[in-house]
Amino acid sequence: MPRMVSAAEIAPTTYPHQIHAQGLRVRAGRRMAVDGVDLSLTTGVHGLLGPNGAGKTTLIRALATVLRPAGGELDLLGGADPRAVRRRLGYLPQEFGHYRRFTVREFVEYMAWLKEMPKADLPGAVQRAIERVGLTDRADDKLKTLSGGMVRRAGIAQAIVNDPAILLLDEPTAGLDPTQRMDFRRLLREFAGDTCVVVSTHLVEDVAAACTDVVLLDAGKVVFQGASAELAAAGTDADAGDSPMERGYSALLARGAGR
Amino acid sequence: MSRACGANHGAQMTWHASTELLRGYADGDDLAADVVWAVEVHLESCADCRARLAAQAVSVTPLLDQVWAGLEPSPEPAPVRRGRWLATWATPAMGPWLGMTVLITLLALVADRLIPQPFPSLALLLAPIAPVAGVAAAWARGLDPAHELVAATPRAGLYLVLRRTVAVLAVVIPLLAVATWTSPLRWLLPCLAFTVATLALGAFTGVRRAAAVLVGGWAALVIGPSLVTARPPAVLEPAALGVWAAVLVAGAAVVRLRAAVFTRLEL
Repeated sequence: MPRMVSAAEIAPTTYPHQIHAQGLRVRAGRRMAVDGVDLSLTTGVHGLLGPNGAGKTTLIRALATVLRPAGGELDLLGGADPRAVRRRLGYLPQEFGHYRRFTVREFVEYMAWLKEMPKADLPGAVQRAIERVGLTDRADDKLKTLSGGMVRRAGIAQAIVNDPAILLLDEPTAGLDPTQRMDFRRLLREFAGDTCVVVSTHLVEDVAAACTDVVLLDAGKVVFQGASAELAAAGTDADAGDSPMERGYSALLARGAGR
Repeated sequence: MSRACGANHGAQMTWHASTELLRGYADGDDLAADVVWAVEVHLESCADCRARLAAQAVSVTPLLDQVWAGLEPSPEPAPVRRGRWLATWATPAMGPWLGMTVLITLLALVADRLIPQPFPSLALLLAPIAPVAGVAAAWARGLDPAHELVAATPRAGLYLVLRRTVAVLAVVIPLLAVATWTSPLRWLLPCLAFTVATLALGAFTGVRRAAAVLVGGWAALVIGPSLVTARPPAVLEPAALGVWAAVLVAGAAVVRLRAAVFTRLEL
């Protein structure tokens, strides 16, 4: 069915970066988990890489606007009104909590309602999102009957149901088997063209396979930002790791720690 | 192009596509792109040629059927189910807590019937804290599994929290009206004051902690002494209504001032 396109959808963007942070500081409990991050991200798939405890989840939560920055600047979509930003945001938290009694469709529909999507668009948008993650045949099954990988795909469906301009995925490949991981990376590449995707992961191979560039985070600071190839180039044979990416990763972390 | 259909199909439509050309078009022969284009433009406006094309197009009928099938509206997405509106008022996470509230209140009702009358009514003693558990489940990180997801949506905020609170009250107030079987004057205001106080305190400490403190405090300071002395507490006498009203207003003001808390991940 043809869909009306609103003026807002075809309006040219007036900002250079979907995500722009300067000196961003975010607290996680008492700890300053993100401590002075400068970041400018535009369309593409950005891998947020770093050891456990580097502040990845806290940074993603700040980008998802669920944590208030303790300091610094954070402009999303050119500093639009927070509610308008949230309408164009997709977010999959690390611990993806859901209602087990909801079917996939009910759950995605509920999230679409929370994202204030127009009522007329709901059924179509929900169906599209479910098809995109390949859950069409399980759409009317309860979430509690789904496997871990399928639940995570349902999580991605709720994140993309509103065609977000910023898509934030926190450890989305955790708990997926290799085939599912490949499917997921293919899905990621589909978004690379028109969405600013931030994927946090601690798996270097995820980044190598699906990301256009890498942000390496350590102890709450960005220690490297650049293309995946540059990350690989940073490593030497002397560094720990089994692949060029991993060697680059450990080299940059070691360098960051030495500073 | 003129070979095909007399591209001058402006005022006079005297040129038509030749049968040979139409057959070629229908059979999918390798015609030049501009010829195909011209034929199609002409066919759009010429019913005669369309009819002749249809006569030639026997071999592509299966293909046409297939195209038409593809154009059929795809099966409608599942119709909106009953009960979807319910999810916009109350989350499944609130269910068990509301169920527990109903159960305890009914147990208090039964106990009140069994215990001889001068003893203070248990249902009345429990009335103020009856909505607290439901309210906590409505916006507490530890009780609602989807809390983080919901907190990142545009609809998150005071409005959503109040909507869910209204759902809790819609269950609790009729229940209390039956269970206490006295004038609402004695319990309605305390009940609302506790509801608002849970959110107000919760805006600083997290709703779950606030609920635990309020329920614990009420049990220790009012229910306990009242059961020990077997006398109804003074705070539930009509004389105390002014205090409850003050708590309600102050709590509402605090909730309003701290409304931004309810758009973020809870503590």
